[in-house]
Amino acid sequence: MKVSIKRASGFVMYEVDLNDATLLEVLNSIKTEQDSSLAYSSGCRSSVCGSCSMRVNEKEVLACAYKVQDGDVIEPLKNVTVIRDLVVNMDKALETNKRAKTWLQSYNKEAKLTHEDEKTNALQSDCILCGSCYSACPVYSVNEAFLGPFALTGVWKYVSDKREAEPKEKIDTVQTNGVWDCTLCNECTLVCPQGISSKADIEKLRMKSTMAGYSDPSFAQNFGGGLSF
Amino acid sequence: MITDVLIIGAGGAGLTAALAAKDAGASVRVLTKEYPTRSQTCMAQGGMNAALGNVSPDSVEEHIQNTLKSAHGQADEEAVRYMCSEAPNAIQWLDEIGVCFSRTADGKIAQRKLGGASAPRACYAQDYTGLKILHTLYERCLKEDIEIHNERYLLDLLTKEDGSICGALILNIRSGELEHHFAKSVVLASGGYSRIYDKYSTNSTASTGDGIAAAARIGAKLLGMEFVQFHPTGLKNSSILISESARGEGGYLLNSKGERFINELAPRDEVSRAINEQILAGEEVYLDIRHLGEEFIDENLPQERKLALLYEKVDPVKDLIPIKAVAHYTMGGIEVDNKSQTSVSGLFACGECANHKVHGANRLGGNSLLEIIVFGREAGKSAAHYTFCDDKSKNERTCKKETNFLDKLKSFSNEIDFYEKRSYVGELFYKKVGIIRKESALLQARKEIQLLKEQLPLMGVKDTGKVYNTNLVEFIEFRNMLDVCEAVVSAALERKESCGAHFVQEEQ
Repeated sequence: MKVSIKRASGFVMYEVDLNDATLLEVLNSIKTEQDSSLAYSSGCRSSVCGSCSMRVNEKEVLACAYKVQDGDVIEPLKNVTVIRDLVVNMDKALETNKRAKTWLQSYNKEAKLTHEDEKTNALQSDCILCGSCYSACPVYSVNEAFLGPFALTGVWKYVSDKREAEPKEKIDTVQTNGVWDCTLCNECTLVCPQGISSKADIEKLRMKSTMAGYSDPSFAQNFGGGLSF
Repeated sequence: MITDVLIIGAGGAGLTAALAAKDAGASVRVLTKEYPTRSQTCMAQGGMNAALGNVSPDSVEEHIQNTLKSAHGQADEEAVRYMCSEAPNAIQWLDEIGVCFSRTADGKIAQRKLGGASAPRACYAQDYTGLKILHTLYERCLKEDIEIHNERYLLDLLTKEDGSICGALILNIRSGELEHHFAKSVVLASGGYSRIYDKYSTNSTASTGDGIAAAARIGAKLLGMEFVQFHPTGLKNSSILISESARGEGGYLLNSKGERFINELAPRDEVSRAINEQILAGEEVYLDIRHLGEEFIDENLPQERKLALLYEKVDPVKDLIPIKAVAHYTMGGIEVDNKSQTSVSGLFACGECANHKVHGANRLGGNSLLEIIVFGREAGKSAAHYTFCDDKSKNERTCKKETNFLDKLKSFSNEIDFYEKRSYVGELFYKKVGIIRKESALLQARKEIQLLKEQLPLMGVKDTGKVYNTNLVEFIEFRNMLDVCEAVVSAALERKESCGAHFVQEEQ
């Protein structure tokens, strides 16, 4: 089986004798038996640490959860700086969490979560911060400051949580470079290994924003001058 | 600038320690060889123990007694009492910072029964408990503006002439440059050492015992290194973990004849040995959760279904899951007192790299997440207190000049492939220092490890690149693993009698 891996020098073809193997198993075999200079990140091997996200045939996958096919083309994530081979620098991507304030700002003592309430953000709290959605998001090519899919999902996680006493503050935070900058293309949803739809979370945040008195700035801009003929 | 508290490791214990030290008024810097959300903590599935009695009656005293019993006389009762008494507070704190625990119909935090517990005691978030706790702690650190440096690998701890700590020598993995991080106190929260068992471990590839080896090099005492916990249900081919909650929720263990052969909720050491005996007798062993039903499995054990499908190609809704017992958690580690202070002045430790004497010879499921929160906080507070109150932290004398392993490495000859040796050590340890131990096998294992240590200069790295050299990092990890292996096998040889996870078989 042959795979092609993007490295500093360009694409390099490797041949491995493994069947029904995950991409991570293939990379480990190349690393330990053929070419110890190949660089990639991995950790848990069980799809929960988010270390080994990369692109196969231009689609984001977790290497530990993807079964390799002959001829696969392996590349690092997009929208982040490549450090070496398949290793990228996630600092800038993770910085979006801080700018979006993805945390519980103020605990509401009165809140009593029910079994049903638990389900409102159980899926969002499954996020493993692998960055697949960030890589797949086309908005970054026009707006580097976009808060982006996983951070906005993180915001929805807390906005939808009854324990958050100040959800309005969260809504205020995501107005600039946030919910309105998303094109709702759904690329993030298609690549999420945890089945999370950031697009759907962003739509819910837009609805909350509207309820809080905000409106789509591009809409306001387009029609801001009035419909004068 | 000298940091008050330098924390090495950004899993659940490290991040909790960071929050506690900052809360106590100290300046804090966290270093991690990965990113904070990628540590071993994210792999904890089953739950976190606290005697809340939300599902059926329970008491802190029963939690204490269950823990002491499982520890086989190797735990410190005072430490266990403290941990179990603090458990309800720890859960309350996690709830208040936003952990998405599963809930009961009447809105309480849901609890499930894990092995060795007299009541449903483990609070959980589906089977992603560790992941959700870790991410919430990370988000809390963002809120508190904790300084975290990613992809920094601990080479050595730095000490002053008087033996007290003064910082750490770090490899910046990205740049390949060495960095000195000076600090008044250091908290090690660098994880366990199950990866010495290589492919016979459920753990992340990062659990290589780096902090333990570095602490031992500066004279910190290690304790209980022979106590390695084997988890009954690793997937047969990949050793990937199927959570104890699968048995907690009613799963059976079956042999090839379809017979149950052990109480599935006995402590892990007993269940692992029973599985091992079946396998040695030529049986296959399976976990059976088919009777729980698809709806229940998807609601409560979604991760297990996904992993079984991916790695064994079986659907637990209709198929048996092939399993074997594999190394999972290391009870041994750096000896600390109840304030998380090691035998080195100014060096504190918490989490799996530390031995707080709460697990003894066998840890109960649900007590590791509890330990990282309770003692993570203790370590952070104690380290901050040390920087403010201990004269040694104010001692201006500079760090001793370190001998740098990276310099030595340049002369290594690269005749022997260390990756091959790494798998060999895993096989050796699984067979000879594993679930069942014999003195002759332990002696042989020790000899082989000592030989490998001597051969280290014949190994080395093939990749001479500076930037993100994982070949280099993995070789330094291997060096640490050999040191840890030696400590494990020596401790195992010293303990002649069976005790919990250390099970000795008479020579035939």
